[in-house]
Amino acid sequence: MADHALDAAHDHDSHDHKPHGWRRWVYATNHKDIGTMYLVFACTMFFIGGAMAMVIRLELFKPGMQFVDPQLFNSMTTMHALVMIFGAVMPAWTGLANWMIPMQVGAPDMALPRLNNFSFWILPFAFTLLLSSLFVPGGAPAGGWTMYPPLVLQNGASFPMLIFSIHMMGASSILGAINVVVTIMNMRAPGMTLLRMPLFVWTWLITAYLLIAVMPVLAGAVTMLLTDHFFGTTFFTAAGGGDPVMFQHIFWFFGHPEVYILILPAFGIVSEVIPTFSRKPLFGYEAMVYAVASIAFLSFIVWAHHMFTVGMPLAAQLFFMLSTMLIAIPTGVKVFNWTATMWKGSLSFEPPMLFALAFLFLFTIGGFSGLMLAIVPADYQYQDTYFVVAHFHYVLVPGAVFGIMAGVYYWLPKWTGHMYNVRLANWHFWLSTIFVNVLFFPQHFLGLAGMPRRIPDYAVQFTDWNMVSSIGAFGFGLSQLLFPLLIWQCVRSGAKVGNRAWEGAHGLEWELPSPPPYHSWTEAPSDALIARGASH
Amino acid sequence: MMIRARLASLALALAAACGPTAHAASGWHLLNMTPGVTEMSRTIYELHMLIFWVCVAIAVLVFGVMIYSLVKFRKSKGAVADVTLVHNTQVELVWTVIPVAILVAMAVPAARTLVAIEDTSKTELTIKVTGFQWGWEYDYLDDGVTYFSHLDHASNAARQLDSTIDPNTVDNYLLNVDHPLVVPVGTKVRLLITGADVIHSWWVPAFGVKKDAIPGFVNEAWFKVDTDKPGLYRGQCAELCGRDHGFMPIVVDVRTKADYETWVKAEAAAQKQAAAPADAAAPAAPSAP
Ligand SMILES: [Cu+2]
Ligand SMILES: [Cu+2]
Repeated sequence: MADHALDAAHDHDSHDHKPHGWRRWVYATNHKDIGTMYLVFACTMFFIGGAMAMVIRLELFKPGMQFVDPQLFNSMTTMHALVMIFGAVMPAWTGLANWMIPMQVGAPDMALPRLNNFSFWILPFAFTLLLSSLFVPGGAPAGGWTMYPPLVLQNGASFPMLIFSIHMMGASSILGAINVVVTIMNMRAPGMTLLRMPLFVWTWLITAYLLIAVMPVLAGAVTMLLTDHFFGTTFFTAAGGGDPVMFQHIFWFFGHPEVYILILPAFGIVSEVIPTFSRKPLFGYEAMVYAVASIAFLSFIVWAHHMFTVGMPLAAQLFFMLSTMLIAIPTGVKVFNWTATMWKGSLSFEPPMLFALAFLFLFTIGGFSGLMLAIVPADYQYQDTYFVVAHFHYVLVPGAVFGIMAGVYYWLPKWTGHMYNVRLANWHFWLSTIFVNVLFFPQHFLGLAGMPRRIPDYAVQFTDWNMVSSIGAFGFGLSQLLFPLLIWQCVRSGAKVGNRAWEGAHGLEWELPSPPPYHSWTEAPSDALIARGASH
Repeated sequence: MMIRARLASLALALAAACGPTAHAASGWHLLNMTPGVTEMSRTIYELHMLIFWVCVAIAVLVFGVMIYSLVKFRKSKGAVADVTLVHNTQVELVWTVIPVAILVAMAVPAARTLVAIEDTSKTELTIKVTGFQWGWEYDYLDDGVTYFSHLDHASNAARQLDSTIDPNTVDNYLLNVDHPLVVPVGTKVRLLITGADVIHSWWVPAFGVKKDAIPGFVNEAWFKVDTDKPGLYRGQCAELCGRDHGFMPIVVDVRTKADYETWVKAEAAAQKQAAAPADAAAPAAPSAP
């Protein structure tokens, strides 16, 4: 109550203008409300996509077909990927961007609030369309999330639903990205120079440019599929002078930057969490910014490493091998800088730090397998096996998803004004980290031993490691239920926290009250505040 | 044949008696790629192990420093942060340049191997491989031998949703075909790979060969099995190709040169004979599309 009285002075206008009831959400223009909706949406999709993963691992628990038809199995792998990438991880990043970027750059809100509303509200429609394809004749899309023709053209009624839902997701992402760029470029407080911005803002700025660059490419590729299917064009049909491999080039020109779209904001979060809990500024701030920028640039010239087996000329294969290997350099710089940040620090292990550390170790493992995959002759053996599945799940689950969780555990006290149940968060962390390895590490073995990916059934010698992997999956899936439970508890109750929820936290968001006022910085923060935040 | 069939049924009966778990060969030891049976597959294996150990060495170093920091610089142990340690050009230069050197050291053997893989000259036998939904067609271009290769009946029966057959009792479950590809040892065999409907990928791990079968395009690949390694080698389609993608295995029956010659002659004669009466019986009929 006393806290409330103190906050009231700062809060007076927020209560005046905050709409109530359903209008607050449907007509939302406030960056925090929209951020919350994005995060709730992402969490919902995370569980829907997770349920599909459970179906996959259940069928793969032992050899023989026990539960699903092969076609439904293919739909599950396809939909799992689409839902997790476009429904869970990307909206979660946009949600975090909405919540944090205005607070971190000293702005009252995002630059384009109505566009913000629109970009969010596209998503529920896009995913209703996509998920309802599970119930149409012929079943949901089953040609893989990569949508390679000619296979994808064999989908039934679900085909146009797939294409239009991708168009909608793309439109939503582009609008969200435009808003981020405009906000960062125009709404920074005076004195918040580019090289004073927190790494999360930097990584999101670069991510937004990647999105604007490649989402239209994806839209173009799927539109060509659509016209091939319905309007007699033959972009991807050899019989009509087209080329199915051209789709793969266009798709991966989008697809490789896309993997950085999924991971760069995690780099940003880890670059803020590790300094906070090491009580030491980030090592090599500028090097970190340049490393992210070089990774983003390189991401445009490595795409064909996803398709070494399609039969490219020798020179092209060598080029894509070398350019891909180059990515190891800036990625290495980042890992070394994070390690150097902990060096001679004063470390403590609160939940955000635990997730950031798991990210550091496990993302690096994903980086190693990525380097192995770049080596073309070896890739001939790895391509389309479980080794690849292990690789990209290491970078996407303990990479991107743990990055999101580190961010949520880091800023949740700021958002709610309450400290969450740390014991429960520690449980969530340890169960997730143990099971994620039980789930994905054996998949390296399976791939190297010769198990192809995207198969609903397998030869009996692969039984043992598949069982281990499935047990890991069930454990991981169940432990995620702790996450919404913990957030719900934290929103409802919990010890009140001050402005600076973590002892070592720096940055403008920690100068605001917890929870922050409805319109974050109605007055631009002073230069002294900005300088204190940007302590590098 | 009789004896083999008897033995098989005996094995089945034994398996049933021991229960599936006793029969199933353990898979715990399957952790790594195998060197395979061609010079190229061994080169690839060595390259794989080289990168693997380089990664392990880097991991030991980097994870070592991380773990040391986690133990040594704990606040609970009274560690005080050195907040001046934010930048060090020399160190940053070192950890940029050393990885470059390591990458170059890895790229050189990789490029050399790739150049060798792409050399499809001086091949001695050419076979056209066509992937279709769901199986493979093999066409011996110089010998007039063509046939289809599908998942074998035993696996196909056991893999149905309502089947009550335990996969552990099926010989080479999902890795057996009705008609394997037959090739000779010690011969540089060139494959011309294409797809009939959607994209497939022909993969036999023991040969180090994986190449996409793309409709409308012809890809090349080659392998040369060691002279002392005749036998059956198994692989699978490696590109999602629809409902039964998981059920289109590849089996290569590698025979001695003499055995191969006998087989190919007999097969060519048999196919010619099978085709001839049909042509003679219906001379006026237009050729089938
Ligand atoms: Cu890539
Ligand atoms: Cu296939």
